[in-house]
Amino acid sequence: MSLSRKEIDNIAHLARLSLSDAELSAYAESLTRIVALVATLDGAAVRDVTPMSHPLPGQTQRLRVDEVTESDQHEFYQRNAPQVLAGLYLVPKVIE
Amino acid sequence: MHSETVTQLIRGLRARKYSAVELTRALLSRIEAAQPALNAFISIESECALAAAAEADRALAAGDAPALTGVPIAHKDIFCALGSRTTCGSKMLGNFIAPYDATVVARLRAAGAVVLGKTNMDEFAMGSSNETSHFGPVRNPWELGRVPGGSSGGSAAAVAARLVPAATATDTGGSIRQPAALCGVTGLKPTYGRVSRYGMIAFASSLDQGGTLTRTAEDAALLLGTIAGFDPRDSTSVERPVPDYTQSLNLPLRGLRIGLLKEFFDQGLDPAIEVLLRSALDVLRSQGAVLQEVSLPNLPLSVPTYYVVAPAECSSNLARFDGVRFGYRCENPRDLKDLYERSRGEGFGPEVKRRIMTGTYVLSAGYYDAYYLKAQRVRALIAADFARAFAGVDVLIGPTTPTTAFELGAKTSDPVTMYLNDIYTIGANLAGLPAISVPCGFVAGLPVGMQIVGPHFGEERLLNVAHRYQMATDWHQRAPGAYG
Repeated sequence: MSLSRKEIDNIAHLARLSLSDAELSAYAESLTRIVALVATLDGAAVRDVTPMSHPLPGQTQRLRVDEVTESDQHEFYQRNAPQVLAGLYLVPKVIE
Repeated sequence: MHSETVTQLIRGLRARKYSAVELTRALLSRIEAAQPALNAFISIESECALAAAAEADRALAAGDAPALTGVPIAHKDIFCALGSRTTCGSKMLGNFIAPYDATVVARLRAAGAVVLGKTNMDEFAMGSSNETSHFGPVRNPWELGRVPGGSSGGSAAAVAARLVPAATATDTGGSIRQPAALCGVTGLKPTYGRVSRYGMIAFASSLDQGGTLTRTAEDAALLLGTIAGFDPRDSTSVERPVPDYTQSLNLPLRGLRIGLLKEFFDQGLDPAIEVLLRSALDVLRSQGAVLQEVSLPNLPLSVPTYYVVAPAECSSNLARFDGVRFGYRCENPRDLKDLYERSRGEGFGPEVKRRIMTGTYVLSAGYYDAYYLKAQRVRALIAADFARAFAGVDVLIGPTTPTTAFELGAKTSDPVTMYLNDIYTIGANLAGLPAISVPCGFVAGLPVGMQIVGPHFGEERLLNVAHRYQMATDWHQRAPGAYG
């Protein structure tokens, strides 16, 4: 089952990845191969099997008490930000 | 000094055979000298290392020194280290200075270890050859035209070349064990949840696990004891006491039940590797272990299962890299959409983009049930196969990799060929099981690894078997010619 150019364009859009024409062709090909690899799962006898999302049996999401434990260090954490002003992250205009 | 293990260095430092500063200086020299040929490091942190070593000498003199004081180590560049450039092998984080320590880093720091630098790795831990790093490939110290394995290629090469006695690493589909096998060192992936993932940049959250690359199982036992244990900041961290893994290393193997996986000793395995595995099994048998064949009928589905689950989780985890709060941002974005698309398109390398695309596809509307949910069900089958096997055996043994180290560039044209390198390692990640790879010989001068897999939290037994094997053999003591 070969992935079409249209499908690859759609996936790239969902993934927010800007890809060149050459990249789009290359990915169409490699994704098609990966999908062929994955097709071997089709034969597996999985009726009545619960999907496993966590490798250890019986684990549940641990919760903690709703208490403030951190302090405001935004200036320190924002040192890695591409563009910051007055503690705000700057991006191109979103709302027209 | 450079050929001593962590265990030997601890004794040497405390006996004042050499100071921590002398030791650090000697290894930093070796690292600098090896860097052009191996490219094992992304950041060499000489100033910080020497300052930490000086502090270690003070603590040793004062008699107030925690267990690993003065021991030089390196961290895979996937671990956030406060004040240290942490790139994950990617342009996306090329200039990211971590504002906090990963728990693994913090625990080793508290134990007094001296960090010499951050090692090179496949970009975002995606790869089996260390060829996808933005910072160039790492080369195998045994033969420079060959890969060291991946994604923890830098850590494995650094330990094999005696640049550091130990390095941290991570394993999602085999990324500690496979490079350990290709570089002739000992690589340990603990049980899922044994080691905190806090500060370990996420690739696939239900598979990732931090572990160690060392030259001996004894050293692995020491380091695991330092990094393992419950961490409230990792919600998948397991509340379970950490034993002293060094205590059980020498237990006799009499009566140990070893399972040989029928699916591993099949036609895909290089016959020369099989010969070495059989010899290794003879060594264990001579110590009283008993062998039996076991079958995990769903195991052949582990590679396709992994290549649905891991990309799906990666596409979710890597959504945070959007050019807004940290990481690479494209020049002159036209609008927000362009900011996201070009920052990500330009900041990520081809394999990372391929996996994000695969993950996005298998999670997308109309395909989620057929791919992702199906893969999660097959995963449950594979885990159940392992559980059934461990009802009758104590450990499973087999090869770590289907071949020895391949040449750089040999497998980069078809991703599926590269993915099949993980065929023996992936099962343990899917089932969350602990596994270790130890050197068991050479084929045409290239190292071969034997993999030992245990039941959940069975690290004591794994380290015991590996240690007893290393006491009876010397493969783990061999060094690559130029680095002995």
